[in-house]
Amino acid sequence: MTPWIVSHLFLIPAVPLLAAFLIVAMGRARRAAAASVAIAGQVIAFSLAVCAFLPTLSAPGWRACSNFVWFTFGDIPLRIGWLLDPLGAAMLLMITFVSVCIFVFSTGYMAEEVNFTRFFAYLSFFSAAMLGVVIANSLLTLFICWELVGLASYLLIGFYIERPAAAAAAKKAFITTRIGDAGLFLGILWLYSRAGTLLFYDHGHGCIEPAALAALGGAGTFIALLIFCGAMGKSGQFPLHVWLPDAMEGPTPVSALIHAATMVAAGVFLVARMYPLFSFGAVNGITPALEVVVWIGVITSLMAAFLALGQSEIKRILAYSTVSQLGLMMVSLGVGGLAAGIMHLISHGFFKALLFLGSGSVIHGCHHEQDIREMGGLRRKMPLTFAVYAIGMMALSGVPLLFAGAWTKEAILDATHRWPVSAAPYYLLVAGVFLTALYMTRQMIYVFFGTPRKAAEHAHESPAALTVPLVALASCTLLFSLVLTPAWPWLEKYLTGEKASLNPALLIQPGLFTALLVVAAGIISGAWFYRRAGRTDPLETAAPALYRSFERRFWIDELYAHTILKWSAFAARAAALLDRYVWDGAVRGIARIARGVAEFSVNCDERAVNRCVDRGCDATRRFGSKVGGWHSGQIQSYLRALGIGALALFLLYAWLA
Amino acid sequence: MNGTLAAVLAVSMVLFSLGLLAALSRRDAIFMLIGIEMMLAAGNLNLVAFWRYGPQPELLTGAMMALFAMAIAAGETAVGLALVLAVYRHRRTTQVEKLNTLKG
Repeated sequence: MTPWIVSHLFLIPAVPLLAAFLIVAMGRARRAAAASVAIAGQVIAFSLAVCAFLPTLSAPGWRACSNFVWFTFGDIPLRIGWLLDPLGAAMLLMITFVSVCIFVFSTGYMAEEVNFTRFFAYLSFFSAAMLGVVIANSLLTLFICWELVGLASYLLIGFYIERPAAAAAAKKAFITTRIGDAGLFLGILWLYSRAGTLLFYDHGHGCIEPAALAALGGAGTFIALLIFCGAMGKSGQFPLHVWLPDAMEGPTPVSALIHAATMVAAGVFLVARMYPLFSFGAVNGITPALEVVVWIGVITSLMAAFLALGQSEIKRILAYSTVSQLGLMMVSLGVGGLAAGIMHLISHGFFKALLFLGSGSVIHGCHHEQDIREMGGLRRKMPLTFAVYAIGMMALSGVPLLFAGAWTKEAILDATHRWPVSAAPYYLLVAGVFLTALYMTRQMIYVFFGTPRKAAEHAHESPAALTVPLVALASCTLLFSLVLTPAWPWLEKYLTGEKASLNPALLIQPGLFTALLVVAAGIISGAWFYRRAGRTDPLETAAPALYRSFERRFWIDELYAHTILKWSAFAARAAALLDRYVWDGAVRGIARIARGVAEFSVNCDERAVNRCVDRGCDATRRFGSKVGGWHSGQIQSYLRALGIGALALFLLYAWLA
Repeated sequence: MNGTLAAVLAVSMVLFSLGLLAALSRRDAIFMLIGIEMMLAAGNLNLVAFWRYGPQPELLTGAMMALFAMAIAAGETAVGLALVLAVYRHRRTTQVEKLNTLKG
């Protein structure tokens, strides 16, 4: 007996989508109404998500899907459906809850924005698209929603359309993710051609159920890698990570939404959803596809952590931390820690939304200054923001025991430690954890400690619309750790489909001490190293070349500009030349031949046919006028001629006879 | 062939020539019609003469032929006179040299 909600799962994205259309229809003047409609839509979606969550608690590993025929193409029915399982339900709850917080925050943050209603319409649309990705039971519907997420992110990153940088960032995000999506699309086509269905679960006939996977054979690895291309684009994995920091050109709530609940989560979610494909035929939990995922994740995670050290814009640091954390999640999925990766995705959703909204509060308080070198000493001027930001920072750094991020990060490290292929990812991730603690400490010191610099002098605490969501998210970050601890790993068991049991003895583990040690080292060395943080970064003084390479993001953008962009520009120019001269030339040549034929035919007509006809006409006319002259009009002369003729004939007859 | 037939044919020829003369020389359309009628009468006279002095005068063929020709001639004259009347109404003249719209 499937619950009512399974067949009506589409309502969860439909409600925010409806809200988006409603807001557009209401017009620009209804600002308060637009915000309330958007928030109401999100709250309804959240309640529906709770309704969807409850049945998944009934039994470990509970899963239900509702499939139906969308349309029939020839005699092939195309079936899509909705899927409800622990993974989807947990994501639905996280996305809708974080969205509600961000929407409420936006009412305060965007209060002076002219296009306020448009902003809320886009936000609702964004959230709807992401919810669609989560509930899809078909790779096709997932892909459609996936692209809608891309479209919404394009609209929102480029929300300040009057700023060229924002327009460029929106374009960059859209095109970069599209490169990954091309791979994803190919993977989908390939999978469909092999499996004959795109439904995930279909009572044993779905494309990621064992029967179909066994039929894939060797193609499975390539399909998985193509699908991972899409995930790389959306989740900002190296080498397609370049769009994510630029996406900071969008309004801060959008950054929060992209980095916490939607968009980047979609990539990790896709890999998690397609996990049976990635891990099929695993020996010791290793498949070639998963190995690729691990190494890409490790490179991304460590690289982004380094780059974050050289950034001076408050949101960019967070952007790189997101890239780094996403790498961490990918590693976790790759080494077999599916539950750990998803747990980190969810807890990351909470504390990253908290950090972004906190940075929004800081930016709001500092009159839209985003450079951390212009801030400082905000701890006294914005105490509440400072408190919640510190919670977010400690969760992100992974300070053990209290914070959600710490438990999940520890679970990931634990899973990586047990990876049989290589020990390198584990040590690299530990280095990443150290760097995370370091750059977050740097940011805290720059923003909240020291003496107030230019922008911070007139800073003020933000209004309630901004702080209430912050407090909600902060308490979530703290309370969420209750279901994450090894003593009662409820969420992990929920995701893997086992029963959780309470065992306080497991709370103390060797991994905990490693994490504590690394994080403490990171924070202490950060606090010591950045104790005299000022206009110039201490790292810049100590190692200018290193700092420059972090600041310039390892010149990867420049590398792309000088290779791929240049090549594609060259290809475009070559295509233009080919078009202009070869194809156009051929067309013009054919046109010339046709004109020649036409001219020849005209000449024939005018010179030969027309002249003949003219001559004939002239001769006829001349003959006519000559003969016409014989007609005197006198009947009697005719009669005379007649008589003479008759007489002549008569005489001729007489003579001949 | 005997002298009587020749005499009749001579009369017929004179009649035809007079008719032709009238048709050719008179300027009035009415007289032209009269001339034409005279030529027709000469033709009829020939028919009757060849029948009367022909090999089978008892068969009445020539008389019948002449009778039909006269009936047709009467109809033709009626049409001709009607035409002349119509032309007169239109042009206020029956002088044929003025009726030269057929000139080429």
